[in-house]
Amino acid sequence: MFNQRIKKYSFGVLLWLLYANVAHAQIDIFACEPEWAALSRTLGGDAVKVYSATTAQQDPHHIQARPSLIAKVRRADLLVCTGAELEIGWLPLLLRKSGNGKVQPGQEGHFLAADQVSLLEKPAVLDRSLGDIHASGNPHIQFDPRRILQIASALGNRLIIVDPANSELYQKNLQGFTEQWQQAIARWEQSAHPLHGKPIVVSHNNWIYMEQWLGLKKVAVLEPKPGIPPNSTHLSKLLTRLKKSPADMILVASYQNDKSARWLSQKTGMPIVKLAFGPIKNQTLIQWFDQIMSLLVSNPP
Amino acid sequence: MRKALLMIAVTAAATCNLKPVVAETKVAETELEAIEQQLEALKIEHEKRIQVLEGSSLNSNGNSKGQSSFNPAISLILDGRYASFDNDPEEYELPGFALGGEAGLGEKGFSVGHTELMMSANVDDKFFGRMTVAIAEHEGSTEVELEEAFIQTLGLGHGLTIKAGRFLSEIGYLNTQHAHSWDFADAPLIYRGLFGNQLIDDGVQLTYVVPVDLFLQVGAEASSGSRFPAGGTSDGVGAWTVFADVGGDLGIEHSWQLGLSHWQADDVEGRASGGHAHGGGDVETPSFDGDSKINALDLVYKWAPNGNPKNTNFKLQFEYFSRQENGGITMLNSGPPLETSSYDGDQNGWYLQATYRFKPQWQTGLRYDRLSSNNTGSDSDVLAEAGLDDEGHTPERISVMVEWVPSEFSRIRLQYNRDDSYEETDNQLFLQYTMSLGSHGAHSF
Repeated sequence: MFNQRIKKYSFGVLLWLLYANVAHAQIDIFACEPEWAALSRTLGGDAVKVYSATTAQQDPHHIQARPSLIAKVRRADLLVCTGAELEIGWLPLLLRKSGNGKVQPGQEGHFLAADQVSLLEKPAVLDRSLGDIHASGNPHIQFDPRRILQIASALGNRLIIVDPANSELYQKNLQGFTEQWQQAIARWEQSAHPLHGKPIVVSHNNWIYMEQWLGLKKVAVLEPKPGIPPNSTHLSKLLTRLKKSPADMILVASYQNDKSARWLSQKTGMPIVKLAFGPIKNQTLIQWFDQIMSLLVSNPP
Repeated sequence: MRKALLMIAVTAAATCNLKPVVAETKVAETELEAIEQQLEALKIEHEKRIQVLEGSSLNSNGNSKGQSSFNPAISLILDGRYASFDNDPEEYELPGFALGGEAGLGEKGFSVGHTELMMSANVDDKFFGRMTVAIAEHEGSTEVELEEAFIQTLGLGHGLTIKAGRFLSEIGYLNTQHAHSWDFADAPLIYRGLFGNQLIDDGVQLTYVVPVDLFLQVGAEASSGSRFPAGGTSDGVGAWTVFADVGGDLGIEHSWQLGLSHWQADDVEGRASGGHAHGGGDVETPSFDGDSKINALDLVYKWAPNGNPKNTNFKLQFEYFSRQENGGITMLNSGPPLETSSYDGDQNGWYLQATYRFKPQWQTGLRYDRLSSNNTGSDSDVLAEAGLDDEGHTPERISVMVEWVPSEFSRIRLQYNRDDSYEETDNQLFLQYTMSLGSHGAHSF
């Protein structure tokens, strides 16, 4: 009876070990933001297991180095983050505490999207009185699909380096994504044609790449300085200005408090367009962009 | 006549050329379409080329220079306060606990606190290093104190990290955080009573993060034991610590961490604590020899709506410490004959605190401290003189604070304590600023 039990247990342990082994065959990817998680899933397919450290509801500047995140970095084979100091308040600590050699800066397992593309708004002067600025430029690159294409190709190549056994799969997935994405860009650009040159108000300066891509014209920012919450003096100044020459819409990111935007919208009649700052749940990048573009376009000018 | 002729000619021409004209327009239309198509193709080609150009010419690697564009990352903490006390801060005591280290209330009125200069960087791909120097005023003289100076392995692999040098011990929860990131202007009473605010020592630390889904970390430290509360002159390893932390998330909004730790110094020799002068004579300083053990439990829970702590968050923090000591107490400079007593110490204490960020730039907090002790020895008079008699009093304190946090780099805090550390209740008020200049490192959970 006891012997039987032992057999049962050892069989269970064996099964578990087998499972653990199979599970290990997948590459563990730690993505700092949901857009890189979505891209990793698309490019990695079944060969990867992706964890997103944040959701589109979270401000990626202000995440705490929670124990759960350390545990995830500890087991990661590849880290896919934005970089450009976006995660400076939490990622260095996770890396230091994880004791994981594979994902440290400079290693193959450390992939930063911002390193693959050119950045806009690189400040000439670094002074904190100008607000929370990023020395290497604006890090919110996920809103330029052309840059995403560059990042995808770099990430595809990185996956091949990290996991050469599945290189064919990664190559195939990258090719598939590139084709679909290029078609999608053409579609989006066509649908967004009427938006060209339209004036917009933003709550935080995190839409610069989309403004450049679609030719939107930013006329005002609700935050007086980057990262400093809107105050009444600044808002009332904006109100007088925007009453004279209103913008087409107020853009707010899903993680931001939209109180000031709502106030301004009520006073001026400018509609608020709240956009998901990254894919929600298991959305693909294409689904997410489709959603953003339809929200932008459907908004009557 | 001329007119009529012209008319005829025009009509003739018109009728004759009618067909060709129509045909020509058709030809023109198709040609135009072709040209348009060509143009469109050119335009697309052009755009593609621009995209490629944009990509290649500006495809600069290394936009993000790791942790900071400054190497090493330098940061300066400016801290100052105005303090008001009902009782004389020089009279401060914590019955049942022999105070040492930096325990005390600090200066009355205006004073600058710890001005901290911190430098850190990845040394290379294998090591990280940090130094923290604190400049503080102690009884009229400016002292420079080396708070931290350590190196740490980066990605040693298998979840292992080794730290060596002078560092904040992993005992408890708050101990690993710098005073400037504490939620109150002063240390919890139990930290003041056991460690003289904070346990810092020279040594080596090994941590291992277990590869499971839950955060599970175990570690050990071996240290010289030459600083308070070990304070001995033993050679080699004077004190050691073991610790374990477990933590995780409950959904996106809740996270927690539970820690257990143990610190031990087996051969403390001559640990001096605050002395009393008697009528202008030499200061009689209690000195402890023996062994000392501390057990600690810490629990932290944090909540942030949607996992966004910037605008609203709540934090609950609890720590419990208990210390057992065995040995003897000698009153230095006493006698002759030298006053001595055997000493069997039993001290414990806890605090519970909560902070709530109710607006993006405003935070408030509440804290309750409570200590108790039961120390025995052969000569109760000596123990009493050493401050180890609890005088039948249970030290406790309640603190309330409110903070204005204009940005993550600045903070202005107003704090009130009703302090019953000893028999006479003291009302304490602090107005404190803490500012951080330069590169600002990440804060731990």
